[in-house]
Amino acid sequence: MLSWFLLKRLLTLVVTLAVASGVVFAALELLPGSAAQVVLGDTATPESIAALEAKLGLDQPALTRYTRWIGGLLRGETALSISYDTPTAELIAQRLEVTLPLALLAMAITTVAALAFGVYAAAHHNRLGDVGVMAGSQLGMAIPNFWFAILLVLLFAVKLQWFSAGGFPGWREDEGGGVLAALKALLLPALSLAVIQSAMLARVTRSAVLEVMREDFVRTARAKGLTRRAVLWRHVMRNALIPVVTLMGLQFANLVTSAIVVENVFVLPGVGRLVFQAISNRDLVVVRDTVMLLAAAVVLINFLVDVIYAVIDPRLAPAEAS
Amino acid sequence: MSAAAQKPLLEVHDLRVRLRSHRGAVEALRGLDFSLARGETLGLIGESGCGKSLTALALMGLLPEGAQVSGSMRFEGRELVGLPERDWCALRGDRVAMVFQEPMTALNPLHPIGRQIAEPLRLHRGLGRSEARAEALRLLERVQLPQAARRLDAYPHQLSGGQRQRVVIAIALACRPDLLIADEPTTALDVTVQREVLALIAELVAEDGMALLLISHDLGVMAQQVRRLLVMYGGQGVEGGPTAEVFRRMSHPYTRGLFAARPRLGLPRGTRLATIPGRVPELADLGAGCAFAERCAWAEAACRSTMPRPVEVGADHAARCLRLDAVAAGLEPRADAGGAHG
Amino acid sequence: MSATAPGFWPRALRHPSFLIGALLSALVLAAAALSLVWSPYPPADIDIPNKLAPPSAAHWLGTDSLGRDVASQLLVGSRASILVGVIAVGIGLLAGVALGCLASAQRGWVEELIMRVTDFSIAFPALLTAILLTAIYGPGLLTSMVAIGLAYVPWFARITRGAANAIWVRDYVLAARAAGKGRWRITLDHVLPNIASVLIVQATIQFGTAILAEAALSYLGLGTQPPQPSWGRMLNEAQTQIFQAPQLAIYPGVAIAVAVLGLNLMGDGLRDLLDPKLARQR
Repeated sequence: MLSWFLLKRLLTLVVTLAVASGVVFAALELLPGSAAQVVLGDTATPESIAALEAKLGLDQPALTRYTRWIGGLLRGETALSISYDTPTAELIAQRLEVTLPLALLAMAITTVAALAFGVYAAAHHNRLGDVGVMAGSQLGMAIPNFWFAILLVLLFAVKLQWFSAGGFPGWREDEGGGVLAALKALLLPALSLAVIQSAMLARVTRSAVLEVMREDFVRTARAKGLTRRAVLWRHVMRNALIPVVTLMGLQFANLVTSAIVVENVFVLPGVGRLVFQAISNRDLVVVRDTVMLLAAAVVLINFLVDVIYAVIDPRLAPAEAS
Repeated sequence: MSAAAQKPLLEVHDLRVRLRSHRGAVEALRGLDFSLARGETLGLIGESGCGKSLTALALMGLLPEGAQVSGSMRFEGRELVGLPERDWCALRGDRVAMVFQEPMTALNPLHPIGRQIAEPLRLHRGLGRSEARAEALRLLERVQLPQAARRLDAYPHQLSGGQRQRVVIAIALACRPDLLIADEPTTALDVTVQREVLALIAELVAEDGMALLLISHDLGVMAQQVRRLLVMYGGQGVEGGPTAEVFRRMSHPYTRGLFAARPRLGLPRGTRLATIPGRVPELADLGAGCAFAERCAWAEAACRSTMPRPVEVGADHAARCLRLDAVAAGLEPRADAGGAHG
Repeated sequence: MSATAPGFWPRALRHPSFLIGALLSALVLAAAALSLVWSPYPPADIDIPNKLAPPSAAHWLGTDSLGRDVASQLLVGSRASILVGVIAVGIGLLAGVALGCLASAQRGWVEELIMRVTDFSIAFPALLTAILLTAIYGPGLLTSMVAIGLAYVPWFARITRGAANAIWVRDYVLAARAAGKGRWRITLDHVLPNIASVLIVQATIQFGTAILAEAALSYLGLGTQPPQPSWGRMLNEAQTQIFQAPQLAIYPGVAIAVAVLGLNLMGDGLRDLLDPKLARQR
């Protein structure tokens, strides 16, 4: 049954999350010297270090701290950030207002562009259209996304002055923002994120479509009298989606990290920039919780990809008695 | 090699197909002639590489990119060579249908069976969802698929090879085409299933009065299934006529070779299987003369330089060979054995 | 088919992807080599009066906000990129191939364990690992290189194990095992030489990815530190001057793109040339 498959995957999800939390926790335990020392820096006195350690609960054994942390996360209570003195959950939630829409917008642009170009290239295989798309995608994969971001700023903000060079006005009108203004501010960043991703995805789409077009059942479909276009959309695409969806799942992890850089280019108050600032401020509490969030997001996305597979491909669901 | 009195359904004249290969442009079909009347059955037999599958693809307009077709294929008097794709789409699945060799991969793994059968019905007959589904059920019953009603919603991976082939046949027959092309329909199936599927095809063809073009490399199959036979080699027909006639009076050296090479039961132990010496030549290597000359025991110098024209050897029975008399007279092939054997 | 098969070089030189890629990569390599002995100016030479100068005979690409010669910075900056590529890919190859071979040779729970761990690690992007490590150990070229290298280990481990598994079932390996040859001997004598082409292709492409990662880290200030020039950091500095001197944002980006493009093209070309079976995946 389909539900068995999903249940198994859900179990794996939970286990992976648990392991992830362990890894993140352990990684931050590897700090040379104590965490408090890292936060306060070289100039700290032993007394201030001890005080901070007590405040952060660092004097307790690792296992206790770990369970405290996980317990807190599950209840929705998070520790206070060292630099902002606010619960990390609040900080992250605020920043997600920027990063989540940005990621979704980037993913949407990527998907549309990649599918369009990939299918186009496959349909014009070995002709000029195909060569053009392949060359373009090679270029797209070679340029750093933050450079592309800077170039976009150069063109659209400096030269044409259609967009601002950075910053985020907020989603609410009363704060000087609004939905339209916010989307406008996210457009250039989303494009910068989309460029590398869509280049890679377009290539995978193209080769997936070409592979599927070679299959026998495509010939059967044509023998029925379906036009090439009908064959492409009704028979090829769904089969070609499988490797494409795989890559999209992997790309999400990349998207998340690329957002760190791009948010810095455009000075967007998102999760990426939060991580970065937290690292500069040595705010390990924020670092720990944000990284955990990112890891959880990646694991969750992979789970969703598996679910989509099961929906697309009936072969994955164990067969009923035939 | 022409048909009997009635107006032919299909007339193929000097059909040539050029393909792009890594060795440049190659002529894969080098002048094929045959015709088929309504309700008639014709078999194309030959080894792999002789162009029989290519003929089938050409008749469906499904040749690979870059293939060039010349000559003439007339279906119900209409010229198919140079037909625009749009017109091909109207013909395929409706008037001309095809059953392919590999049933395991012929169906879309992500669509249920019923939908795949209903597709040509909805396309060519404009049937609605439920009507098409009802018709699909009827077709599944016609092809004798057990538990047809349950199978409508099943997926291909839940069916065996033989069952999938029945589905493929159902799809081909959906719109009651005038011509059914079956390209090695049973080669990939188990022996026990082969007979059933062939019998099914014969029955359905007779019931609907369809013309059948059957492609196979198996002489036994041809003997039972088709009234007329065309032996192919090197992209051409080398001998053709009524099956019984061809079997009785094999005129072309290649036909003889094919027969001799059949494994048979009941032979004394230790009998070596006869083979035709040499290998099927690469299309790019073929010269101006008879394609079989290199492997032919009767070949002479003229055979390699001149392309033989078809010669009548019996009622409606012809063969392309310059040495027909020698072969027919049962003369031994020359001791120095004509062609250069590998 | 391997690099030593007869006819490799003639075919390679006729393969457009490989040729262009190799030329571009060689260009960058040459720049790095040249920078060891010469550059138009010492890249760290500050010359405030001359800052943000346009291209001229004295400064071919102009100067930046501190009056440093842009061309020299570009030239010397190539060193960091090449170094990161070499070290990161080196770490990834050494540890990854070792793990992959181990997994493939031992099978059983060893393979399961290694594969589970790599599956999990692969989801963790290189940049994030690098950022974390620089958070803990402080920014710098060394930390970045090691971080990126560590992130590559699971990639190479997976690929090695996949390719090695295919070799283990080949007839001559089965024969060697029947003859009593040890697993490590077989790995060294048979498996490694046969998976070499897959690894070469992957290494070339990861080299390019490493350059991109280093550039991103330097842009964020976590990679190469001043006064050592780095293309990524040049972009960061150029961004602050984007209204006054927009052209400064162009050169370092082009340099990065050229390097990565060259490596990607060369990798694609090598894939076609070294293993025709792999070529199907284009």
